[in-house]
This record gives sequence, C-alpha cells and structure tokens, in this order.
Amino acid sequence: MGSEPRLIEVRKNVLKKNDVVAHALRERFREAGTFVVSLVSSPGSGKTFFLEKILTRLRENYRVAALVGDLATENDAIRLARSLAPVKQITTGTLCHLEAAMVEDSLEDWDLCQLDMLFIENVGNLVCPSSYDLGENLRMVLISVTEGEDKPLKYPTIFNSADVAVITKMDLAAAVEFNFQAAFSNIQAVRPGMPVFPLSAKSGEGMDDFLALLKSRAGELRAATI
Amino acid sequence: MHELSIAMSIVEMAEEEAQKRGGGQITAVYLKLGPLSGVVKEALLSAYELACEGTPLQGSSLKVEEVPVSVFCRTCNAERPVCSLQFFCCAECGSPSSEIVHGKELEVVALEMEEWAQNPA
Repeated sequence: MGSEPRLIEVRKNVLKKNDVVAHALRERFREAGTFVVSLVSSPGSGKTFFLEKILTRLRENYRVAALVGDLATENDAIRLARSLAPVKQITTGTLCHLEAAMVEDSLEDWDLCQLDMLFIENVGNLVCPSSYDLGENLRMVLISVTEGEDKPLKYPTIFNSADVAVITKMDLAAAVEFNFQAAFSNIQAVRPGMPVFPLSAKSGEGMDDFLALLKSRAGELRAATI
Repeated sequence: MHELSIAMSIVEMAEEEAQKRGGGQITAVYLKLGPLSGVVKEALLSAYELACEGTPLQGSSLKVEEVPVSVFCRTCNAERPVCSLQFFCCAECGSPSSEIVHGKELEVVALEMEEWAQNPA
C-alpha cells in the first residue's frame, strides 16, 4: 500500500499555458509595431457594428485588421468585411471565450509588420473572457445603454481586467432613460480611474474622442518600437 | 461557464507536476482562488470531478483556499482589503484604489501524494 501522504509544493498559475502564449504574442506585436485592441461585452451590445465603424474610419490612414470570435457562424466576419479591412473569423464551437492560442493560430498567414492596428473581438460574454490574456495592448469593455446602468456592479471582474470602458448606443439613451452619471459612477466604483467613452457608432457622436485615444496609443507603441 | 476547461487544465497540470517528481497517486490538489479570477468555486468543484474521471486523479479532491481581494491604498501606504467587489476602496480609510494586490489568483499551490506501492519482488 502507499506510504504516508506527502505534500508537494507546486505554485503554478493554472492558466500558465495561456499566459506563456499571450506573452509571446505581446512580444511579437511589439516587435512588429502592431497595436492590439480587444473588445469584450455581453452579446448584443453592438461590438461588431462599433468595430465596423472603427475599421472604416481608421482605414483611411492606418493599416488595420480584425479577428472576430463567435461560437458559430461567419456572420460577424462578413459584416466586418464591409469595412474593406482584412478580417478573419474564429469560431470557437462551444467555447465561451477566446484563448491566446486561437489568436496565434489565426495569425499564421498574416504579416504583422504590415499592420498598424489589430482588433480582436471576443465572444459575447462578460464572464469567461476575463480570465484569458490574449496578448493585447488595450482591452476595452463595452456596455450599451439598453443593458442598464448597473452592469459594472454585476460584472466587476471583467471591468477589472479591462483598461477602458465604452458605453455604446448613446443615440438611444433618452429613449431608454439611460442615466449616464449612474453608469459612470458604477464603473468608477468597481474600477476607480477607468476612462469611460460614451458614444454612438450609429450617429458618430463620441467616436472622434475614442479614435483619438487609439491613434495616440498606437503612436506611443510605434515610437517605442523604432 | 469555462470552469470545465479550467478544471481540465488543473488535472493536466497536476499530472505533469506529479510525473516530474517521479510519479505517485495524487490524493488532493490545493488551489488558491481569488474572486477576480473569473472562476466560480462551486462550478469548479463539480467540474473538477468530471475532469478527473478516467484519469489518474479520479477520486482525488480539490481543496480550494479562497483569497480575498486586496488593493494597495496610497493613503494608508499599505495593502488593504477592499470594501466589496462592487466598491473598490480601502476598507480602512475609504480611498478608491484599483491597484489590485490579491484576488486574481488561480494557482495550484500543492499536491498531496501517496507513493506508488513498492513491488516486493
């Protein structure tokens, strides 16, 4: 029979494999001078429409591309392709989030040196994506005005894994009696100091401020690379 | 719900670590878990049982130590617990802080193992 049980120290992050791949990706992005932004939100917050507009606007002066994750269908990739930027769909099957290895696999035939910015749209989910680093430089969490002001309080973890918050569909704010100040306070409560961008991809309101942030952060990364 | 894939990673990691140390029967896996890891303890515990099935870890237990969230408070100049997950401020002085020190843990800290029975030739 076995002897006395013994305790062996391990001290290893369960997500180490993902973190190792994410770290390597971040290094590749840095070397290539590609600024990488990921988007997380619940389903239906308007990630894809927002991203389509962003890609269309940035394409004028930047080389941009997008990866888009979904459980099934290529619909989002087809929508994003209307921006005329290179787009690739990652279908995850039943997996509720993207992992770094999926990003790595989809980049196989893309030359990162030809890209100024890469956007990664995660699967619509405010829970699971928070655990997985994708090697991105900036993670944004989106909530739409139709979801209610208390979303941040219900999902504090995802807000704590993100760098900026975007409030979408501001053109509907009055119709749904959205209280911006309450939403802003809730975001600050779960993540003090988090920058918040209220905007409407449809009307264009607030988009310039957000694009300015992307451009300045991409510029900083490029300056650090050269 | 991504607890099943997390549980499978835990099982895989435990097996690898046990092998590195010459093998043996794993009877328990000790895990540190923070509320900001994005993983729910109850869901992870049931997923763990499933993930162990048909592996050398079948029958082992997952012992979870929950790590509370703490932040660095610049006013107190010290690590402090937060008021709540909905209110990231120093529980002592109330200053807001998002400098998380603990609470994101999802870490295998130790394995409890029994040596394989020596074959008395």
